Amino acid sequence: MFTTTKLFLQVTACGALFALNTYAVSADPTRYGFGEPASANDLQDFVSSLPDGRDLPAGSGTISKGKQVYDEKCASCHGQKLEGDIGDRLIGGRGTLVNNDPKKAPVKTVESYWPYATTLFDYIKRAMPFYTPGSLTNDEVYSVTGYILSEAKILNGDEPITAKSLSKVAMPNRNGFIPDHRPDHFKPADKHPRLR
Amino acid sequence: MSILDPNSDAKNQLKIASLVEAEEAFLAKARKNANSAYFSQNHIEPEKPVKGEPAKGVDPLQRPHNRRHFLASFAVLASSSVAGRAIAQTAASPDGKAPPGAVWRSVPEDATKIPGTAIGEDGGYGTRSQFETEVRWRFGTKTPLSSWSMTPLEHGVGIITPSGLHFERDHGGIATIDPATHKVFVHGMVKQPKKFSMLDVKRFPSISRILFIECSGNGLTEWSKPTLKTVQGTHGLVSTSEWTGVPLSTILNEVGVKSGAKWLLVEGGDSSVMTRSIPIDKAMKDCFLAYGQNGEAIRPEQGYPLRLIAPGYEGNTHIKWVRRIELSDKPFMTREETSKYTDLLPSGKAVQFSLVMDAKSVITRPSGEMTLSGPGFYEITGLAWSGRGRIKRVDVSTDGGRTWKPAGLQGPILPICQTRFRFPWVWDGKEAILQSRCVDETGYVQPTLGQLIEVRGLNGPIGSIYHLNAIQSWKVDTEGRVSNVHYY
Repeated sequence: MFTTTKLFLQVTACGALFALNTYAVSADPTRYGFGEPASANDLQDFVSSLPDGRDLPAGSGTISKGKQVYDEKCASCHGQKLEGDIGDRLIGGRGTLVNNDPKKAPVKTVESYWPYATTLFDYIKRAMPFYTPGSLTNDEVYSVTGYILSEAKILNGDEPITAKSLSKVAMPNRNGFIPDHRPDHFKPADKHPRLR
Repeated sequence: MSILDPNSDAKNQLKIASLVEAEEAFLAKARKNANSAYFSQNHIEPEKPVKGEPAKGVDPLQRPHNRRHFLASFAVLASSSVAGRAIAQTAASPDGKAPPGAVWRSVPEDATKIPGTAIGEDGGYGTRSQFETEVRWRFGTKTPLSSWSMTPLEHGVGIITPSGLHFERDHGGIATIDPATHKVFVHGMVKQPKKFSMLDVKRFPSISRILFIECSGNGLTEWSKPTLKTVQGTHGLVSTSEWTGVPLSTILNEVGVKSGAKWLLVEGGDSSVMTRSIPIDKAMKDCFLAYGQNGEAIRPEQGYPLRLIAPGYEGNTHIKWVRRIELSDKPFMTREETSKYTDLLPSGKAVQFSLVMDAKSVITRPSGEMTLSGPGFYEITGLAWSGRGRIKRVDVSTDGGRTWKPAGLQGPILPICQTRFRFPWVWDGKEAILQSRCVDETGYVQPTLGQLIEVRGLNGPIGSIYHLNAIQSWKVDTEGRVSNVHYY
């Protein structure tokens, strides 16, 4: 813990730094000691979608159990055949991403577009089903994730679906993303503009 | 549920049609309101199509599928709770008198002859004038829980968006969170995981900045053809507020960042538990957790009690209702930064983490669906902004981009903030194409739509969806009517 004098001096020094830097926030060397330590218990229910699966919870599921969960909890929005309705279409669309036709849209689904299977677990766990988010058990989420991936012809068999197995799934569009190249530098505009 | 469904052309057309419908319902009312920017005494209703046949020259995508809403009378619209799926928020409140945000008071013939309303009758929190009717209007998604609403830029003056008109994008409704029990957890690659109450957060030294936030989907209906008619529809997903809060660097210093931490996840406490990854350099440079907006607590729909501000980044990264921050060595690859908010190019490759909003400007007045009352003087005015810094200059063209003249910029010109520009213009009564083009302090020049499409391609009716920052064209016809056109 800091003594009051020490803290006062540091805060003063920090204030001077801010004064020099009106909008860029400078690294603040002061520790104020506010807030409480967060315990493992506090953090146990949080889930994240890191592709190596390290922040996914324990548990496992099966494709067949996933079908039951899907039919009961997901099909009303995403369709019996995962074709989408109020909710997004989940499967199909491979081969449609390369597209230069302004009249025809690419079909972006879990199958054709999503690069990581861990993202699917994470999203379902946090935000689905839409009207009762967070209501599925970890095993149910592993199962339904497996079912969607099996309908997408990415997974099959009776292997249990776990954090580890999801981190190893090779998604079809795994290498479909590139870094941001902007800012673009535009050539001088057309000197003869017209109504299009 | 996405902004636009990337999976189905038919669904997209329906959704865009629904948005067109919402705008049209709003316009139908505004045209009859003498106080509206869209008031038109001699407005000519568009030619009604013969049943079953598209109207001549009107694309089916642009024409509402259901004419019922289009032609619905005022009273029906105002009283109907189900005006189709496209709901233009009506200016009348449920009591049928004052617009949202206003209280109806009887209007004396002469306000100098009778005392006004007693001070304090408003309960201590003021409302806007009952004569002001502008509202956000909402995109007609199937569920109003995942939707967005747009700022009426055409009415705006200055650079600050009134808090009640700041655009919204919510993925699971507007969360109601009691600040007395709210906690923010910070963990992952840190020396000491911590939790902070709102009282803790507010004890830290604070900063304020006036910043724009723009949804990267702003303008997505405009890639392949002019679709929405008003500037609220084409550009209404951008707003500016003064935000106050605590720098993320202060919070991160408090928990101690472990070496090797490169990204952080910020998570919302709403029912969509929205998450995005932010590079730690950005977080340390200028991100902050805001609890204040325009001098008071941030509005519920803006993330009360706490939202992330990531200056210049796309709106989706400004996580609302922040409840958790996790540090990691890698980006988290959440749903929003993989399957959404990535820009798919014709090559089949998608640009990921296209976080910065490029420079953009738009003329807000005169703009689509307004009518000039006759030849003479008009002040052309609008807004320019860049996620990379200050606006350096704005040029205006009244001949479709053949010639350009500099517009006057209203100070203060702040970095990553909307800048108001003005340009005096004498309309000679001939057809004109009004455009604005901005340059930011990095030298980036706002492109024409043609130039942008050259780089980005047009792979489908809504192209790569996000980051449309092209020059907007408004056509003024010889009758003074202003409309949205593509001219480049």
